[in-house]
Amino acid sequence: MPGWMDRIAGTHTSSANLAKERLKLVLIHDRTDLTSEDVDHLKDELMQVIRKYIDIDPGEVSILVNHDGREQRLVADVPLRAGQRRRVG
Amino acid sequence: MAAKVITVTSGKGGVGKTTTTANIAVALSMDGAKVVCLDGDIGLRNLDVVMGLENRIVYDLVDVVEGRCRLRQAMIRDKQNSELYLIPAAQTRDKNAISPSDMVRLCDELRPDFDWILIDSPAGIERGFRNVIAPADIVLVVTNPEVSAVRDADRIIGLVESEEKGPARLVINRLNSSMVKRGDMLSVDDVTELLAISLIGIVPEDESVISSANRGQPVVNDTKSRAGMAFRDIARRLRGEDVPFPPMEVKDDFFKKLFRVN
Ligand SMILES: Nc1ncnc2c1ncn2[C@@H]1O[C@H](COP(=O)(O)OP(=O)(O)OP(=O)(O)O)[C@@H](O)[C@H]1O
Ligand SMILES: [Mg+2]
Repeated sequence: MPGWMDRIAGTHTSSANLAKERLKLVLIHDRTDLTSEDVDHLKDELMQVIRKYIDIDPGEVSILVNHDGREQRLVADVPLRAGQRRRVG
Repeated sequence: MAAKVITVTSGKGGVGKTTTTANIAVALSMDGAKVVCLDGDIGLRNLDVVMGLENRIVYDLVDVVEGRCRLRQAMIRDKQNSELYLIPAAQTRDKNAISPSDMVRLCDELRPDFDWILIDSPAGIERGFRNVIAPADIVLVVTNPEVSAVRDADRIIGLVESEEKGPARLVINRLNSSMVKRGDMLSVDDVTELLAISLIGIVPEDESVISSANRGQPVVNDTKSRAGMAFRDIARRLRGEDVPFPPMEVKDDFFKKLFRVN
């Protein structure tokens, strides 16, 4: 039990804040059913497929699970290298 | 008349579904609506004792479904509100005694004669959940401001969506505002932000909920009870009134401290 001193000094993270932060992470996992390992595998495989058609820089690719309200979406951002447009079309 | 069916559910057990169902039902009927409650918690019936009607049970929901009695015979009229009825759950059977389509048929038979049909749910996500969700027009998810209850609420909200019964609306029950002020309980804003659904009620932790249940008199009958007031507000919001939420967790302000009743 933190005392009033802790609270005034601000050295104590409230248990409610802790609960909220923990729940945020738990809920992302619960909702997607995807572990971060799954996301890494997905990213690797997706990249292999894309590279069959276009030349990309793997370091620039970002693949994330975003959420807006209760909606989750997989967002992939794959910058194309200059001069690729010709081959894509 | 064509009743709206409200199913009151939760992920975690014991968060206040039965209490919420009974109180909203009484609140709606106090304003003159015709209301029938269905206890969907087959095998663990409780709505009858919370409403104080346990001594009047002759037939139950499973008797209706299995054709041992007519629907009217299983309906118990409330002691105070002549337009409020209960159809109790069977106590000696389990949830496999009825199916989702039985519940849909039952509600369709009741709809023409009522304004509201309220269904109390068993805890959990199995067959019992599918039974009570099938006839629902509106789903209320009850939670407490605690980690496990919020987590399980999120699960149920997702299931309600995948059954195409969403968006569910949230009842936060047993909020202890002094704990919120101390930073030891999730606030209403925390919970709604995490669950990302719209709120329909905030019910404070209130001892009179328990003493009223002891008497078989839902707490809405007690005009002084803060929980009772919260349930009356939920009923008004269900009817489409725009009822503002009372400010419950203003961080320690001087006047609130002076006048705080609890
Ligand atoms: N706002 C409140 N303040 C104080 N006590 C409450 C409040 N709401 C519910 N309770 C008490 O909490 C207990 C559980 O409530 P209730 O039976 O309504 O939960 P439930 O979700 O229906 O449980 P179950 O999952 O077992 O069916 C009861 O003893 C009830 O009186
Ligand atoms: Mg119950």
